[in-house]
Amino acid sequence: MSYQVKTLAVAGAVAAAMTAYATTGVHAQAKEKCFGVSLAGKNDCAAGPGTTCAGTSKVDYQGNAWTLVPAGSCASTDLPKMADGTARMGSLEALERDIPA
Amino acid sequence: MSSEQGDFITALLDPDLTVPAGLSDPDGRPAGRRFSVYRNNVAVSLTEALKAAFPVICKLVGDEFFEAMAGVYLRAHPPKTPVLMFYGVDMPEFLAGFEPVAHLGYLPDIARLEFALRQSYHAADATPIDPEVLQNLPTDQLMGSTLQLAHSARLLQSEWPICALWLANTNDDAPKVQMQAQDVLITRPEFDPQPMLLGTGAAAFVEALGKGRNFGDALKTAGKGFDLSAALAILLTGGVITKISKGADT
Repeated sequence: MSYQVKTLAVAGAVAAAMTAYATTGVHAQAKEKCFGVSLAGKNDCAAGPGTTCAGTSKVDYQGNAWTLVPAGSCASTDLPKMADGTARMGSLEALERDIPA
Repeated sequence: MSSEQGDFITALLDPDLTVPAGLSDPDGRPAGRRFSVYRNNVAVSLTEALKAAFPVICKLVGDEFFEAMAGVYLRAHPPKTPVLMFYGVDMPEFLAGFEPVAHLGYLPDIARLEFALRQSYHAADATPIDPEVLQNLPTDQLMGSTLQLAHSARLLQSEWPICALWLANTNDDAPKVQMQAQDVLITRPEFDPQPMLLGTGAAAFVEALGKGRNFGDALKTAGKGFDLSAALAILLTGGVITKISKGADT
């Protein structure tokens, strides 16, 4: 690709991204920060632990014998195998890469 | 730390141990039951903290399983600081080595995603650029420019469909999960972190930008099949770009 063509392609991509940005209608300062509010029933308080007073009226049943099996939505999550029959792609390595600040 | 304090902490996390010596109630009697109440509260509180920290993991394995697993985790990895907001940093590694979930290979990466969402939530604020700055920059200058990215932006690459699995467990009308590797950029457009699915090459592009490479270099890193316009749309709508530093004309 010639430099001229590449420059044009980048300019086109920037213009297209601007259009996408303008049409989302979600822009900064549209919302005010609302502490301690999360969507009802979604259990998704993004702040995580330490932001509420954890209940202490429950009892911890420490179990050493492992007879439990996962019984949540993983049981109904049907993850199709790959075309070649393997259950997943590649090896399972630690893959998190944080962006250096 | 005195040996009494050491004994107290050890006994807190192991119910089989006897009540530490020297604990007495106001009447001078051994305070065994009081210590047991306290010990229970420590374990229950940390279990609750882990449930708040990893809601999707909890949903995937179920409450009963998660609570029992949390009991194992909290004793193996007790908090290192009094600040609980980042408790659970060792969860991905723990899950990778926890035999009862060995068949759920995607759990460690889901835990990484949930932890990264929390890091994003608590990251320092940064004001995004006005997108017109990008639009008005001549392409020649843009190619040599470096982009500063918001602290709240987090990049994850997984061999598993982590974004789809996360969506399926947080949204009622999410599409069915397909087996594929997925790259995710967490953005925080309006205080709430959002995992955004990245297309081919976009992770390499964002990673290069994050390392301070200029726009043109990052574009080369992204390689064939990369959709620049889609990637820029994610960066702009997510408020990820906080500064554009002009480089020399190329």
